[in-house]
Amino acid sequence: MTDTLTIHRAGPGLTLQDMGRPGYLALGLSRGGAADRLALAEGAALLGQPADLTAIEMTGTGGEFEASRDTRIALTGAPVAAAIDGTRIAWNASHTLPAQARLTIGSASEGVYGYLHVGGGVRPPERLGAHSAHLAAGIGGLLEAGDRIDLGPDDRTATGLTLPKDSRFAGGTIRILPSIHTDAFPQELCTRFEDTAFTRDTRGNRMGVQLKWDGDGFLPEIGRKIVSEVIMPGDIQIIGDGTPYVLLSECQTTGGYPRIATVLPCDLPRIAQAPAGAPLRFRFVTLEEAVDAERKAAQSIADLPKRRQPLIRDPATIPNLLSYQLISGMTAGRELDPEGA
Amino acid sequence: MTGGNADTTPQTAPRIRTAGVDGMLVSFGDSLSEPANRAALAFRAEIERQGWDGVEESTTSLVSAYLRFDPLHLGHAELKAKLDTLLSDRDWYEAPLPSGRRLWRIPAVFGTDLGPQLDQAAEAAGLTAEQAIKDFTQTRVRVQTIGFAPGQPYLGELPQAWNIPRQSTLTSRIPEGALAVAIRQLVLFSVATPTGWQHIGQTAMRLFQPEADEPFLLRPGDEVEFTRTDAETLSNMRNDPHGGAERSDLP
Repeated sequence: MTDTLTIHRAGPGLTLQDMGRPGYLALGLSRGGAADRLALAEGAALLGQPADLTAIEMTGTGGEFEASRDTRIALTGAPVAAAIDGTRIAWNASHTLPAQARLTIGSASEGVYGYLHVGGGVRPPERLGAHSAHLAAGIGGLLEAGDRIDLGPDDRTATGLTLPKDSRFAGGTIRILPSIHTDAFPQELCTRFEDTAFTRDTRGNRMGVQLKWDGDGFLPEIGRKIVSEVIMPGDIQIIGDGTPYVLLSECQTTGGYPRIATVLPCDLPRIAQAPAGAPLRFRFVTLEEAVDAERKAAQSIADLPKRRQPLIRDPATIPNLLSYQLISGMTAGRELDPEGA
Repeated sequence: MTGGNADTTPQTAPRIRTAGVDGMLVSFGDSLSEPANRAALAFRAEIERQGWDGVEESTTSLVSAYLRFDPLHLGHAELKAKLDTLLSDRDWYEAPLPSGRRLWRIPAVFGTDLGPQLDQAAEAAGLTAEQAIKDFTQTRVRVQTIGFAPGQPYLGELPQAWNIPRQSTLTSRIPEGALAVAIRQLVLFSVATPTGWQHIGQTAMRLFQPEADEPFLLRPGDEVEFTRTDAETLSNMRNDPHGGAERSDLP
Protein backbone atom coordinates (compact mmCIF):
# COMPACT_ATOMS: atom_id res chain seq x y z
CA MET A 1 0.00 0.00 0.00
CA THR A 2 1.23 3.44 -0.87
CA ASP A 3 2.01 5.78 1.99
CA THR A 4 0.10 9.02 1.98
CA LEU A 5 0.04 12.51 3.36
CA THR A 6 -3.40 13.47 4.68
CA ILE A 7 -4.54 17.07 4.83
CA HIS A 8 -6.75 17.61 7.89
CA ARG A 9 -7.03 21.35 7.54
CA ALA A 10 -6.09 23.51 4.55
CA GLY A 11 -5.53 27.24 4.20
CA PRO A 12 -7.30 28.92 1.28
CA GLY A 13 -4.41 28.73 -1.17
CA LEU A 14 -2.79 25.30 -0.96
CA THR A 15 -1.65 23.73 -4.23
CA LEU A 16 0.77 21.08 -5.40
CA GLN A 17 3.69 22.66 -7.23
CA ASP A 18 6.81 21.63 -9.09
CA MET A 19 9.00 23.23 -11.77
CA GLY A 20 5.97 23.42 -14.09
CA ARG A 21 5.26 21.98 -17.52
CA PRO A 22 7.31 23.52 -20.34
CA GLY A 23 6.42 22.74 -23.93
CA TYR A 24 2.80 23.90 -24.17
CA LEU A 25 3.34 27.60 -24.83
CA ALA A 26 2.28 27.26 -28.46
CA LEU A 27 -0.99 25.72 -27.30
CA GLY A 28 -1.70 28.61 -24.97
CA LEU A 29 -0.62 27.01 -21.70
CA SER A 30 2.06 28.79 -19.67
CA ARG A 31 4.69 26.79 -17.83
CA GLY A 32 3.25 27.45 -14.37
CA GLY A 33 4.91 25.72 -11.43
CA ALA A 34 5.99 27.08 -8.06
CA ALA A 35 5.61 30.84 -7.61
CA ASP A 36 9.01 30.77 -5.85
CA ARG A 37 11.24 28.26 -7.64
CA LEU A 38 14.16 29.06 -5.36
CA ALA A 39 12.16 27.67 -2.44
CA LEU A 40 11.88 24.35 -4.32
CA ALA A 41 15.66 24.27 -4.66
CA GLU A 42 16.10 25.06 -0.96
CA GLY A 43 13.70 22.28 0.06
CA ALA A 44 15.55 19.87 -2.22
CA ALA A 45 18.90 20.84 -0.67
CA LEU A 46 17.55 20.39 2.86
CA LEU A 47 16.31 16.91 2.00
CA GLY A 48 19.22 15.97 -0.28
CA GLN A 49 16.98 15.21 -3.25
CA PRO A 50 16.30 16.55 -6.76
CA ALA A 51 14.60 19.95 -7.08
CA ASP A 52 11.99 18.66 -9.55
CA LEU A 53 10.00 16.76 -6.95
CA THR A 54 6.54 18.03 -6.05
CA ALA A 55 5.87 20.06 -2.90
CA ILE A 56 2.88 21.78 -1.32
CA GLU A 57 2.73 25.52 -1.90
CA MET A 58 0.88 27.46 0.80
CA THR A 59 -0.39 30.96 0.06
CA GLY A 60 -0.25 32.92 3.30
CA THR A 61 -1.67 30.17 5.50
CA GLY A 62 -0.67 26.53 5.93
CA GLY A 63 -2.83 23.82 7.45
CA GLU A 64 -2.66 20.57 9.36
CA PHE A 65 -1.02 17.46 7.95
CA GLU A 66 -0.41 13.83 8.89
CA ALA A 67 1.71 11.19 7.19
CA SER A 68 1.09 7.44 7.28
CA ARG A 69 4.82 6.69 7.68
CA ASP A 70 7.75 8.43 9.35
CA THR A 71 8.36 11.16 6.81
CA ARG A 72 11.18 13.59 6.25
CA ILE A 73 9.90 17.10 5.72
CA ALA A 74 11.38 20.49 4.97
CA LEU A 75 9.77 23.89 5.32
CA THR A 76 10.91 26.74 3.06
CA GLY A 77 9.71 29.97 1.48
CA ALA A 78 7.70 32.49 3.48
CA PRO A 79 8.50 31.91 7.19
CA VAL A 80 5.57 30.47 9.12
CA ALA A 81 5.22 29.15 12.67
CA ALA A 82 5.03 25.36 12.56
CA ALA A 83 4.80 22.56 15.10
CA ILE A 84 4.76 18.80 15.33
CA ASP A 85 2.26 17.59 17.92
CA GLY A 86 2.39 21.04 19.50
CA THR A 87 6.17 21.34 19.65
CA ARG A 88 7.54 24.24 17.65
CA ILE A 89 9.87 23.34 14.80
CA ALA A 90 12.23 25.58 12.89
CA TRP A 91 11.42 27.07 9.49
CA ASN A 92 13.90 26.78 6.63
CA ALA A 93 14.91 23.41 8.03
CA SER A 94 14.34 19.68 7.64
CA HIS A 95 12.70 17.50 10.28
CA THR A 96 11.24 14.05 10.77
CA LEU A 97 7.48 13.96 10.95
CA PRO A 98 6.70 10.73 12.82
CA ALA A 99 3.89 8.56 11.45
CA GLN A 100 0.48 9.74 12.68
CA ALA A 101 1.92 12.89 14.28
CA ARG A 102 0.18 16.17 13.49
CA LEU A 103 2.10 18.85 11.62
CA THR A 104 0.52 22.26 11.98
CA ILE A 105 1.60 25.20 9.86
CA GLY A 106 0.26 28.68 10.67
CA SER A 107 0.19 31.96 8.74
CA ALA A 108 3.14 33.67 7.11
CA SER A 109 4.70 36.42 9.20
CA GLU A 110 6.44 37.82 6.12
CA GLY A 111 6.53 36.76 2.49
CA VAL A 112 3.62 35.13 0.67
CA TYR A 113 4.33 31.53 -0.37
CA GLY A 114 5.48 28.88 2.09
CA TYR A 115 6.44 25.36 1.00
CA LEU A 116 6.10 21.95 2.63
CA HIS A 117 8.46 19.44 1.04
CA VAL A 118 8.52 15.74 1.83
CA GLY A 119 11.27 13.18 1.33
CA GLY A 120 10.65 11.59 -2.07
CA GLY A 121 8.16 14.30 -2.96
CA VAL A 122 4.42 13.95 -3.14
CA ARG A 123 3.07 12.02 -6.10
CA PRO A 124 -0.33 13.16 -7.27
CA PRO A 125 -1.51 11.90 -10.67
CA GLU A 126 0.50 13.37 -13.53
CA ARG A 127 -1.28 15.71 -15.91
CA LEU A 128 0.36 16.89 -19.13
CA GLY A 129 3.76 15.74 -17.94
CA ALA A 130 3.81 17.42 -14.52
CA HIS A 131 2.20 17.26 -11.09
CA SER A 132 1.64 20.95 -10.48
CA ALA A 133 -1.73 22.62 -10.30
CA HIS A 134 -2.27 25.37 -12.87
CA LEU A 135 -5.28 27.15 -11.44
CA ALA A 136 -5.70 29.61 -14.30
CA ALA A 137 -5.86 26.72 -16.79
CA GLY A 138 -8.05 24.51 -14.61
CA ILE A 139 -5.36 21.84 -14.18
CA GLY A 140 -5.52 20.32 -10.71
CA GLY A 141 -6.97 22.58 -8.08
CA LEU A 142 -6.80 23.82 -4.54
CA LEU A 143 -6.07 21.22 -1.88
CA GLU A 144 -8.81 20.73 0.69
CA ALA A 145 -9.29 19.13 4.08
CA GLY A 146 -9.68 15.39 3.61
CA ASP A 147 -7.36 15.16 0.61
CA ARG A 148 -4.82 12.34 0.66
CA ILE A 149 -1.75 12.54 -1.54
CA ASP A 150 0.58 9.64 -2.33
CA LEU A 151 4.14 9.95 -1.05
CA GLY A 152 7.04 9.09 -3.32
CA PRO A 153 9.64 6.51 -2.21
CA ASP A 154 12.39 7.91 0.02
CA ASP A 155 15.49 5.94 0.94
CA ARG A 156 17.31 8.79 2.67
CA THR A 157 17.18 9.43 6.42
CA ALA A 158 19.04 12.69 7.09
CA THR A 159 17.10 15.54 8.67
CA GLY A 160 17.91 18.26 11.18
CA LEU A 161 19.52 20.62 8.67
CA THR A 162 18.88 24.28 8.16
CA LEU A 163 19.75 26.98 5.62
CA PRO A 164 20.49 30.63 6.40
CA LYS A 165 17.41 32.80 6.07
CA ASP A 166 17.11 34.66 2.78
CA SER A 167 16.10 38.32 2.42
CA ARG A 168 13.53 37.91 -0.32
CA PHE A 169 10.37 38.06 1.82
CA ALA A 170 10.02 41.81 2.30
CA GLY A 171 10.36 43.37 -1.17
CA GLY A 172 13.51 45.28 -2.17
CA THR A 173 15.24 46.29 -5.38
CA ILE A 174 14.41 44.30 -8.49
CA ARG A 175 16.69 44.11 -11.51
CA ILE A 176 14.98 44.59 -14.86
CA LEU A 177 15.87 44.43 -18.54
CA PRO A 178 14.25 46.33 -21.39
CA SER A 179 11.29 44.37 -22.77
CA ILE A 180 10.25 44.01 -26.40
CA HIS A 181 8.22 47.22 -26.05
CA THR A 182 10.56 49.38 -23.94
CA ASP A 183 11.69 51.28 -27.06
CA ALA A 184 8.11 52.51 -27.49
CA PHE A 185 8.16 54.14 -24.03
CA PRO A 186 9.51 57.70 -23.77
CA GLN A 187 12.75 57.82 -21.80
CA GLU A 188 10.96 60.03 -19.25
CA LEU A 189 8.55 57.19 -18.39
CA CYS A 190 11.38 54.66 -17.99
CA THR A 191 13.34 57.05 -15.77
CA ARG A 192 10.29 57.78 -13.65
CA PHE A 193 9.62 54.04 -13.40
CA GLU A 194 13.13 53.55 -11.99
CA ASP A 195 12.73 56.51 -9.64
CA THR A 196 9.36 55.47 -8.25
CA ALA A 197 8.98 53.89 -4.83
CA PHE A 198 6.35 51.20 -5.46
CA THR A 199 4.67 48.87 -3.06
CA ARG A 200 3.03 45.59 -3.87
CA ASP A 201 -0.72 46.08 -4.17
CA THR A 202 -3.16 43.75 -2.42
CA ARG A 203 -4.29 42.57 -5.86
CA GLY A 204 -2.16 39.64 -6.86
CA ASN A 205 -2.15 35.89 -7.32
CA ARG A 206 -0.16 33.18 -9.10
CA MET A 207 -0.83 34.94 -12.43
CA GLY A 208 0.77 38.20 -11.40
CA VAL A 209 0.84 41.12 -8.99
CA GLN A 210 -0.18 44.71 -9.36
CA LEU A 211 2.02 47.57 -8.17
CA LYS A 212 0.93 50.62 -6.19
CA TRP A 213 2.49 54.08 -6.11
CA ASP A 214 1.68 57.76 -5.81
CA GLY A 215 1.64 59.80 -9.01
CA ASP A 216 0.85 59.52 -12.70
CA GLY A 217 0.44 56.27 -14.62
CA PHE A 218 2.96 54.71 -16.99
CA LEU A 219 0.89 54.19 -20.15
CA PRO A 220 2.83 55.24 -23.28
CA GLU A 221 1.30 56.84 -26.38
CA ILE A 222 1.23 53.52 -28.25
CA GLY A 223 -1.37 52.47 -25.69
CA ARG A 224 -3.46 49.69 -27.14
CA LYS A 225 -2.22 49.96 -30.69
CA ILE A 226 0.39 47.23 -30.39
CA VAL A 227 -0.08 43.77 -31.84
CA SER A 228 -0.54 40.98 -29.27
CA GLU A 229 2.75 39.30 -28.56
CA VAL A 230 4.22 36.42 -26.56
CA ILE A 231 4.35 37.24 -22.86
CA MET A 232 6.40 35.58 -20.13
CA PRO A 233 6.65 35.55 -16.34
CA GLY A 234 8.58 38.64 -15.26
CA ASP A 235 7.18 40.92 -17.97
CA ILE A 236 5.86 44.18 -16.51
CA GLN A 237 2.82 45.19 -18.53
CA ILE A 238 1.15 48.56 -18.21
CA ILE A 239 -2.58 47.94 -18.09
CA GLY A 240 -5.23 50.35 -19.42
CA ASP A 241 -5.21 52.80 -16.51
CA GLY A 242 -1.41 53.07 -16.45
CA THR A 243 -0.83 50.60 -13.61
CA PRO A 244 2.19 48.27 -13.82
CA TYR A 245 1.40 44.58 -13.42
CA VAL A 246 4.21 42.01 -13.04
CA LEU A 247 3.45 38.60 -14.54
CA LEU A 248 4.16 35.47 -12.53
CA SER A 249 4.21 31.73 -13.07
CA GLU A 250 0.59 31.22 -14.23
CA CYS A 251 0.42 34.17 -16.63
CA GLN A 252 -1.26 34.16 -20.04
CA THR A 253 0.87 33.20 -23.03
CA THR A 254 0.11 36.28 -25.13
CA GLY A 255 -0.67 39.82 -24.13
CA GLY A 256 -1.77 43.00 -25.82
CA TYR A 257 -0.65 45.55 -23.25
CA PRO A 258 2.69 47.35 -23.67
CA ARG A 259 5.50 46.16 -21.39
CA ILE A 260 7.88 48.64 -19.89
CA ALA A 261 10.47 46.10 -18.75
CA THR A 262 10.98 42.50 -17.70
CA VAL A 263 12.25 41.18 -14.36
CA LEU A 264 15.32 38.95 -14.24
CA PRO A 265 14.22 35.35 -13.53
CA CYS A 266 16.54 35.24 -10.50
CA ASP A 267 14.73 38.24 -8.97
CA LEU A 268 11.24 36.91 -9.64
CA PRO A 269 10.99 35.06 -6.29
CA ARG A 270 11.48 38.43 -4.56
CA ILE A 271 8.42 39.79 -6.42
CA ALA A 272 6.32 36.69 -5.78
CA GLN A 273 7.24 36.75 -2.09
CA ALA A 274 6.69 40.50 -1.53
CA PRO A 275 3.64 40.79 0.72
CA ALA A 276 1.04 43.50 0.14
CA GLY A 277 2.56 46.84 1.12
CA ALA A 278 6.18 45.70 0.77
CA PRO A 279 8.42 48.29 -0.92
CA LEU A 280 9.61 47.51 -4.45
CA ARG A 281 12.02 49.46 -6.62
CA PHE A 282 13.20 48.63 -10.12
CA ARG A 283 16.62 49.12 -11.65
CA PHE A 284 17.56 48.58 -15.30
CA VAL A 285 20.66 46.45 -15.87
CA THR A 286 22.48 45.57 -19.07
CA LEU A 287 22.13 42.20 -20.76
CA GLU A 288 25.68 41.32 -19.65
CA GLU A 289 24.84 42.20 -16.04
CA ALA A 290 21.67 40.12 -16.31
CA VAL A 291 23.51 37.04 -17.59
CA ASP A 292 26.08 37.51 -14.83
CA ALA A 293 23.32 37.76 -12.21
CA GLU A 294 21.68 34.58 -13.53
CA ARG A 295 25.03 32.79 -13.46
CA LYS A 296 25.62 33.81 -9.85
CA ALA A 297 22.08 32.76 -8.90
CA ALA A 298 22.56 29.36 -10.54
CA GLN A 299 25.87 28.95 -8.71
CA SER A 300 24.25 29.94 -5.44
CA ILE A 301 21.61 27.23 -5.96
CA ALA A 302 24.32 24.70 -6.79
CA ASP A 303 26.08 25.71 -3.55
CA LEU A 304 23.01 25.33 -1.33
CA PRO A 305 24.11 21.91 0.00
CA LYS A 306 27.37 23.51 1.22
CA ARG A 307 25.44 26.14 3.14
CA ARG A 308 23.41 23.65 5.16
CA GLN A 309 24.05 23.70 8.90
CA PRO A 310 23.00 21.25 11.58
CA LEU A 311 19.89 22.52 13.25
CA ILE A 312 20.47 23.74 16.78
CA ARG A 313 17.24 23.41 18.64
CA ASP A 314 16.02 26.10 20.96
CA PRO A 315 16.21 24.56 24.46
CA ALA A 316 12.89 26.24 25.30
CA THR A 317 11.17 23.97 22.80
CA ILE A 318 12.57 20.73 24.16
CA PRO A 319 9.95 19.31 26.52
CA ASN A 320 12.24 16.90 28.37
CA LEU A 321 15.22 19.25 28.56
CA LEU A 322 16.30 18.17 32.03
CA SER A 323 16.74 14.60 30.93
CA TYR A 324 19.54 15.59 28.56
CA GLN A 325 23.18 15.58 29.65
CA LEU A 326 23.99 19.09 28.58
CA ILE A 327 27.28 20.10 30.09
CA SER A 328 29.69 17.24 30.39
CA GLY A 329 31.59 15.55 27.63
CA MET A 330 32.12 16.33 23.97
CA THR A 331 29.30 15.76 21.55
CA ALA A 332 28.92 15.92 17.83
CA GLY A 333 26.08 18.32 18.37
CA ARG A 334 23.48 16.15 16.70
CA GLU A 335 22.14 14.22 19.68
CA LEU A 336 19.14 16.45 19.87
CA ASP A 337 18.16 15.91 16.28
CA PRO A 338 15.09 13.77 15.83
CA GLU A 339 17.20 10.99 14.37
CA GLY A 340 20.06 11.31 16.87
CA ALA A 341 23.74 11.38 16.03
CA MET B 1 -5.37 41.37 -30.18
CA THR B 2 -4.87 44.23 -32.54
CA GLY B 3 -5.37 43.57 -36.19
CA GLY B 4 -3.77 45.18 -39.14
CA ASN B 5 -4.93 45.35 -42.65
CA ALA B 6 -3.15 42.69 -44.67
CA ASP B 7 -3.74 44.48 -47.93
CA THR B 8 -1.85 47.59 -46.92
CA THR B 9 0.67 46.30 -44.39
CA PRO B 10 4.13 46.61 -45.87
CA GLN B 11 6.25 43.51 -45.56
CA THR B 12 9.11 44.30 -43.22
CA ALA B 13 12.41 42.53 -42.89
CA PRO B 14 12.42 40.05 -40.01
CA ARG B 15 13.67 41.55 -36.74
CA ILE B 16 15.39 39.70 -33.88
CA ARG B 17 15.00 41.08 -30.37
CA THR B 18 15.93 39.77 -26.98
CA ALA B 19 12.88 39.19 -24.78
CA GLY B 20 14.22 39.19 -21.26
CA VAL B 21 17.49 37.45 -20.41
CA ASP B 22 16.27 34.04 -21.59
CA GLY B 23 14.14 34.78 -24.65
CA MET B 24 14.49 35.83 -28.27
CA LEU B 25 11.69 37.04 -30.47
CA VAL B 26 11.88 36.88 -34.25
CA SER B 27 9.19 39.19 -35.65
CA PHE B 28 8.03 39.11 -39.26
CA GLY B 29 5.84 42.20 -39.00
CA ASP B 30 4.61 44.91 -36.64
CA SER B 31 0.95 44.28 -37.26
CA LEU B 32 -1.03 41.25 -38.24
CA SER B 33 -0.61 40.19 -41.83
CA GLU B 34 -1.14 36.88 -43.56
CA PRO B 35 2.46 36.59 -44.86
CA ALA B 36 3.94 37.46 -41.44
CA ASN B 37 1.84 34.78 -39.76
CA ARG B 38 2.84 32.15 -42.35
CA ALA B 39 6.49 33.11 -41.92
CA ALA B 40 6.29 32.86 -38.12
CA LEU B 41 4.68 29.39 -38.29
CA ALA B 42 7.20 28.12 -40.83
CA PHE B 43 10.19 29.58 -38.98
CA ARG B 44 9.14 28.14 -35.62
CA ALA B 45 8.62 24.71 -37.20
CA GLU B 46 12.20 24.87 -38.46
CA ILE B 47 13.45 25.94 -34.99
CA GLU B 48 11.74 22.87 -33.53
CA ARG B 49 13.23 20.68 -36.25
CA GLN B 50 16.74 22.03 -35.63
CA GLY B 51 16.53 21.15 -31.93
CA TRP B 52 19.44 23.42 -30.93
CA ASP B 53 21.10 22.59 -27.66
CA GLY B 54 20.12 25.17 -25.04
CA VAL B 55 16.74 26.06 -26.59
CA GLU B 56 14.11 25.03 -24.09
CA GLU B 57 10.80 25.97 -25.63
CA SER B 58 9.38 27.80 -28.64
CA THR B 59 6.08 29.21 -29.75
CA THR B 60 4.49 31.59 -32.22
CA SER B 61 2.34 34.66 -31.83
CA LEU B 62 0.41 36.22 -34.72
CA VAL B 63 3.56 37.59 -36.35
CA SER B 64 6.57 36.25 -34.40
CA ALA B 65 8.42 33.14 -33.39
CA TYR B 66 9.67 33.06 -29.79
CA LEU B 67 12.40 30.93 -28.23
CA ARG B 68 13.13 30.47 -24.55
CA PHE B 69 16.70 29.34 -23.96
CA ASP B 70 19.28 28.90 -21.24
CA PRO B 71 21.62 31.91 -21.55
CA LEU B 72 24.22 30.19 -19.35
CA HIS B 73 24.41 27.35 -21.86
CA LEU B 74 23.80 29.15 -25.14
CA GLY B 75 25.12 32.70 -25.38
CA HIS B 76 23.08 35.54 -26.84
CA ALA B 77 25.59 36.23 -29.60
CA GLU B 78 25.73 32.58 -30.59
CA LEU B 79 21.95 32.18 -30.68
CA LYS B 80 21.52 35.43 -32.61
CA ALA B 81 24.06 34.25 -35.18
CA LYS B 82 22.21 30.95 -35.57
CA LEU B 83 18.92 32.80 -36.04
CA ASP B 84 20.47 35.21 -38.55
CA THR B 85 21.82 32.29 -40.55
CA LEU B 86 18.46 30.54 -40.52
CA LEU B 87 16.63 33.74 -41.49
CA SER B 88 18.86 34.29 -44.52
CA ASP B 89 18.54 30.63 -45.51
CA ARG B 90 15.29 31.28 -47.38
CA ASP B 91 12.42 33.72 -47.91
CA TRP B 92 10.28 32.84 -44.91
CA TYR B 93 7.35 34.90 -46.20
CA GLU B 94 7.18 32.50 -49.14
CA ALA B 95 7.94 29.38 -47.12
CA PRO B 96 5.40 26.55 -47.20
CA LEU B 97 3.39 26.05 -44.04
CA PRO B 98 4.68 23.32 -41.72
CA SER B 99 3.60 19.72 -42.25
CA GLY B 100 1.43 17.79 -39.82
CA ARG B 101 -1.40 20.29 -40.03
CA ARG B 102 -5.02 19.19 -39.98
CA LEU B 103 -8.26 20.43 -41.51
CA TRP B 104 -11.23 20.67 -39.13
CA ARG B 105 -14.85 20.93 -40.29
CA ILE B 106 -16.65 22.34 -37.29
CA PRO B 107 -20.46 22.50 -37.07
CA ALA B 108 -21.78 25.80 -35.72
CA VAL B 109 -25.11 27.47 -35.16
CA PHE B 110 -25.07 31.04 -36.47
CA GLY B 111 -27.36 33.71 -35.03
CA THR B 112 -30.39 32.96 -32.82
CA ASP B 113 -29.85 33.16 -29.08
CA LEU B 114 -26.71 31.05 -29.62
CA GLY B 115 -25.13 33.87 -31.62
CA PRO B 116 -27.00 36.97 -30.51
CA GLN B 117 -24.73 39.53 -32.16
CA LEU B 118 -24.83 38.11 -35.70
CA ASP B 119 -27.10 40.85 -37.06
CA GLN B 120 -25.12 43.65 -35.48
CA ALA B 121 -21.77 42.23 -36.63
CA ALA B 122 -23.11 41.74 -40.18
CA GLU B 123 -24.34 45.32 -40.23
CA ALA B 124 -20.93 46.56 -39.09
CA ALA B 125 -19.44 44.67 -42.04
CA GLY B 126 -22.05 46.11 -44.41
CA LEU B 127 -23.63 42.71 -45.06
CA THR B 128 -26.91 40.92 -44.45
CA ALA B 129 -26.97 38.12 -41.88
CA GLU B 130 -27.20 35.54 -44.70
CA GLN B 131 -24.21 37.06 -46.49
CA ALA B 132 -22.29 37.05 -43.22
CA ILE B 133 -23.00 33.35 -42.63
CA LYS B 134 -21.86 32.69 -46.20
CA ASP B 135 -18.51 34.36 -45.40
CA PHE B 136 -18.11 32.41 -42.17
CA THR B 137 -18.88 29.05 -43.84
CA GLN B 138 -17.10 29.58 -47.14
CA THR B 139 -13.82 31.06 -45.93
CA ARG B 140 -11.28 28.48 -44.91
CA VAL B 141 -9.47 30.05 -41.96
CA ARG B 142 -6.22 29.06 -40.29
CA VAL B 143 -5.28 28.86 -36.62
CA GLN B 144 -3.00 31.91 -36.73
CA THR B 145 -2.11 31.56 -33.09
CA ILE B 146 -3.37 30.05 -29.85
CA GLY B 147 -3.49 32.24 -26.82
CA PHE B 148 -5.42 34.09 -24.13
CA ALA B 149 -6.52 30.76 -22.68
CA PRO B 150 -5.23 27.21 -23.24
CA GLY B 151 -6.29 25.85 -26.63
CA GLN B 152 -8.05 29.03 -27.77
CA PRO B 153 -7.45 29.79 -31.47
CA TYR B 154 -7.40 33.06 -33.35
CA LEU B 155 -8.61 32.14 -36.85
CA GLY B 156 -8.00 34.17 -39.96
CA GLU B 157 -8.27 35.75 -42.06
CA LEU B 158 -11.76 36.77 -43.15
CA PRO B 159 -12.53 38.99 -46.17
CA GLN B 160 -11.69 42.68 -45.86
CA ALA B 161 -15.31 43.61 -44.99
CA TRP B 162 -14.72 41.96 -41.59
CA ASN B 163 -12.12 44.46 -40.50
CA ILE B 164 -14.60 45.62 -37.87
CA PRO B 165 -13.51 46.80 -34.41
CA ARG B 166 -14.08 45.01 -31.18
CA GLN B 167 -16.82 46.49 -29.02
CA SER B 168 -15.76 49.15 -26.58
CA THR B 169 -18.02 47.66 -23.91
CA LEU B 170 -17.45 44.06 -22.95
CA THR B 171 -20.01 41.30 -23.25
CA SER B 172 -20.08 40.11 -19.66
CA ARG B 173 -19.90 36.41 -20.46
CA ILE B 174 -19.41 34.49 -23.68
CA PRO B 175 -19.74 30.71 -23.27
CA GLU B 176 -17.18 27.97 -23.97
CA GLY B 177 -17.33 26.97 -27.64
CA ALA B 178 -18.72 30.36 -28.70
CA LEU B 179 -17.67 31.84 -32.02
CA ALA B 180 -16.98 35.57 -32.18
CA VAL B 181 -15.70 37.98 -34.81
CA ALA B 182 -13.67 41.20 -35.14
CA ILE B 183 -10.63 42.55 -37.05
CA ARG B 184 -10.87 39.90 -39.82
CA GLN B 185 -10.51 37.10 -37.28
CA LEU B 186 -12.77 34.57 -35.65
CA VAL B 187 -12.14 33.46 -32.09
CA LEU B 188 -13.42 30.12 -30.86
CA PHE B 189 -13.57 30.45 -27.08
CA SER B 190 -12.03 27.69 -24.96
CA VAL B 191 -13.35 29.15 -21.70
CA ALA B 192 -16.34 31.22 -20.65
CA THR B 193 -15.08 34.79 -20.29
CA PRO B 194 -15.97 38.46 -20.73
CA THR B 195 -15.06 39.67 -24.23
CA GLY B 196 -15.18 42.58 -26.63
CA TRP B 197 -15.51 40.25 -29.64
CA GLN B 198 -18.95 40.04 -31.27
CA HIS B 199 -20.74 36.78 -30.49
CA ILE B 200 -22.07 35.38 -33.77
CA GLY B 201 -22.36 31.64 -33.23
CA GLN B 202 -21.89 28.57 -31.10
CA THR B 203 -20.04 25.27 -31.53
CA ALA B 204 -19.88 22.14 -29.37
CA MET B 205 -16.05 22.25 -29.30
CA ARG B 206 -14.29 21.84 -25.98
CA LEU B 207 -10.86 22.99 -27.00
CA PHE B 208 -8.94 22.28 -23.78
CA GLN B 209 -9.72 19.34 -21.53
CA PRO B 210 -6.75 18.67 -19.23
CA GLU B 211 -8.12 15.25 -18.19
CA ALA B 212 -8.75 13.99 -21.73
CA ASP B 213 -6.50 11.72 -23.79
CA GLU B 214 -6.21 14.59 -26.22
CA PRO B 215 -6.13 17.71 -24.00
CA PHE B 216 -5.77 20.20 -26.87
CA LEU B 217 -7.79 19.86 -30.08
CA LEU B 218 -6.41 22.59 -32.34
CA ARG B 219 -2.78 23.37 -33.13
CA PRO B 220 -1.26 26.49 -34.66
CA GLY B 221 -1.38 26.16 -38.46
CA ASP B 222 -4.46 23.89 -38.52
CA GLU B 223 -7.19 24.99 -40.92
CA VAL B 224 -10.86 25.29 -40.13
CA GLU B 225 -14.09 25.36 -42.10
CA PHE B 226 -17.36 26.02 -40.29
CA THR B 227 -20.50 24.20 -41.38
CA ARG B 228 -23.98 25.42 -40.58
CA THR B 229 -26.12 23.33 -38.25
CA ASP B 230 -29.15 23.80 -36.01
CA ALA B 231 -29.49 23.99 -32.25
CA GLU B 232 -30.87 20.48 -31.80
CA THR B 233 -28.11 18.84 -33.83
CA LEU B 234 -25.51 20.89 -31.98
CA SER B 235 -26.95 19.82 -28.66
CA ASN B 236 -26.51 16.16 -29.68
CA MET B 237 -22.86 16.83 -30.55
CA ARG B 238 -21.97 18.02 -27.07
CA ASN B 239 -21.02 14.53 -25.91
CA ASP B 240 -18.71 13.96 -28.85
CA PRO B 241 -15.03 14.43 -27.85
CA HIS B 242 -14.54 16.60 -30.95
CA GLY B 243 -17.86 18.44 -30.62
CA GLY B 244 -19.10 16.91 -33.88
CA ALA B 245 -16.11 18.23 -35.82
CA GLU B 246 -14.49 16.14 -38.55
CA ARG B 247 -10.73 16.12 -38.75
CA SER B 248 -8.51 15.19 -41.67
CA ASP B 249 -4.80 15.54 -42.31
CA LEU B 250 -3.68 18.27 -44.67
CA PRO B 251 -1.12 17.33 -47.32
